[in-house]
Amino acid sequence: MLSFLIRRLATFIPTFIGVTIIAFAFIRLLPGDPILLLAGERGVSPERYEQLRQQFGFDQPMWKQYLDYVAGIFQGDLGISFSTKRPVLDEFLTLFPATVELALCAIILATLIGIPAGVIAAVNRGKFFDQALMSSALVGYSMPIFWWALLLIIVFSGTLGWTPVSGRIGLQYFFDTPTGFMLIDSLLSGQSGAFRSAVSHLILPTVALATIPLAVIARQTRSAMLEVLGEDYVRTARAKGMSPMRVNGVHALRNALIPVITVIGLSVGTLLAGAILTETIFSWPGIGKWMVDSIFRRDYQVVQGGLLLIALVVMIVNLIVDVLYGLINPKIRKG
Amino acid sequence: MSLLEIRNLSVDFATASGKFRAVDGVDVTVDQGELLAIVGESGSGKSVSMLALMGLLPWTATVTADKLEFDGHDLRKISGRQRRRIIGKDISMIFQEPMSSLNPAFTIGWQIKESLRKHTNMSRSQRQDRAVELMQQVGIPAPEKRLQAYPHQLSGGMSQRAMIAMALANKPKLLIADEPTTALDVTIQAQILELLTGLQQETGMALVLITHDMGVVAETVQRVQVQYAGQRVELQEVDGLFENPHHPYTAALLAALPERAIEKRLPTIPGVVPGQFDRPQGCLFSPRCKFADARCIAERPTPAGRDLGYALCHYPLIDGQPTGKETAA
Repeated sequence: MLSFLIRRLATFIPTFIGVTIIAFAFIRLLPGDPILLLAGERGVSPERYEQLRQQFGFDQPMWKQYLDYVAGIFQGDLGISFSTKRPVLDEFLTLFPATVELALCAIILATLIGIPAGVIAAVNRGKFFDQALMSSALVGYSMPIFWWALLLIIVFSGTLGWTPVSGRIGLQYFFDTPTGFMLIDSLLSGQSGAFRSAVSHLILPTVALATIPLAVIARQTRSAMLEVLGEDYVRTARAKGMSPMRVNGVHALRNALIPVITVIGLSVGTLLAGAILTETIFSWPGIGKWMVDSIFRRDYQVVQGGLLLIALVVMIVNLIVDVLYGLINPKIRKG
Repeated sequence: MSLLEIRNLSVDFATASGKFRAVDGVDVTVDQGELLAIVGESGSGKSVSMLALMGLLPWTATVTADKLEFDGHDLRKISGRQRRRIIGKDISMIFQEPMSSLNPAFTIGWQIKESLRKHTNMSRSQRQDRAVELMQQVGIPAPEKRLQAYPHQLSGGMSQRAMIAMALANKPKLLIADEPTTALDVTIQAQILELLTGLQQETGMALVLITHDMGVVAETVQRVQVQYAGQRVELQEVDGLFENPHHPYTAALLAALPERAIEKRLPTIPGVVPGQFDRPQGCLFSPRCKFADARCIAERPTPAGRDLGYALCHYPLIDGQPTGKETAA
């Protein structure tokens, strides 16, 4: 197990180098000058422009800028945002909890519904439930997420008035956010109604964000279950007199979960990397929205640092998935 | 009273191209503590009839029988819940592929103890003790350690031993072994068979051995039931069967044994078992039978009497010669 972890951590190094290069190069390949964008419509005098170029280090050769950036990383310095003048790491840490909160809620919802739905569909293969479920999964998977999110807002916030339209909490609540997770902070604040408000703000973005992973998980569970249900050991379990519930839910599902875990892990990675559309539509102050805004501002430091941090998060999630994989599949554990 | 009595069992599978009859009016009787072999080549409905008894066939199968009785329970009328109290406890089954018949995600111990937890009131430590005892009984060394092993850590022979331990967990009255040695090395085959027959004598359970290996039959069993294309074609005591087979199919099977071959070239049975679309109208064996005549092709035979091994033949053999043909030369 330890050697497995070390080997996996070693693969982080080349990935990490690759990400720094791509992040560094990608934003500079885009047309547009960050200083001009920063100056806005007022414009900037040539002297001031030159001064700012020196201040940000843009007058240096490209390789020197890259090395400075990498050297900064090793000192835990990801640079300072041009537009907000705050350290990139601080901004990331402020915004990341919002993304994590939303992503976790979405993936939990998708898993809790997707796996049982997939199992039931597989067990009732070809029957009404199976066909209904698989068609809705296809619809869920194909639906444009912004359209779906808007539809949810129109129906549940507009027509029915059950949920708020956007944001993380009602405007009447003010409290410290020590953890950054609104569900926890609202409970800690002790203000009555704050938690309820936080939950109601979470519902629609969670549903919107969970839709695609839910469809993917349900389909993957179904196909993995169908494969496993034909295995000899499932027959053995039935020959032992086990109930269908136990045969399907324990003997078969445990084996079917192996590919499903991979899919869930990949979804978590993508969701944590920022659900750009969902965060934008619901004005959710997470890192997806932050990255998009920064790209528009050509905020080199934020894009470089943000991408790096997101890549790190995705790599760590994948590592956790691999460890979980070993727990479920004994063949890998000893390998 | 017999432990197991099956009368006129038929199993039909609904396939995309219509009904396929895998088992066609088979009778099986097993007495307490008896060792019966069911023999036949692939596709003769040996496994399917036993899977039907266990209720393990897929939903595409339709099972009909005049009688399907085990230990006083009518298995035709029984609910799924009641059946699950019997199978795994009083009837156990082991399968052809031991490596894939054990669940790869759980330890051997977990899988054995699961059966005990389902069918007994044993405590946790009693289950552990019983599992160790079972592992010793089937000859697995270092049982405590092996209980914690996963199936992929065991060899094929070990896996089959573990399967047997699992099947024996609740001291079944009947063990069905579905070609238990087919997937194993020849040396291991003998060990597993010895183990099975030893355990059968030790525990007094009945054992149904499904096989296509006549050599295995000769060495181990008491009574032999020969099946062909879903029908029972002969039933005899093992000595009688080898000495004087009454059905041409049995005779042909025995002639094909390498140990019995007297000619230079090993005799074979020409052709294959009829499938869904080439099922003969008369005797199912007639296209491959060297004694077949017009009557065999046109008319379905009825079983002969007990003294002729219930041979499903118009002209049951006696000492290798067909009897009852009117046109004697």
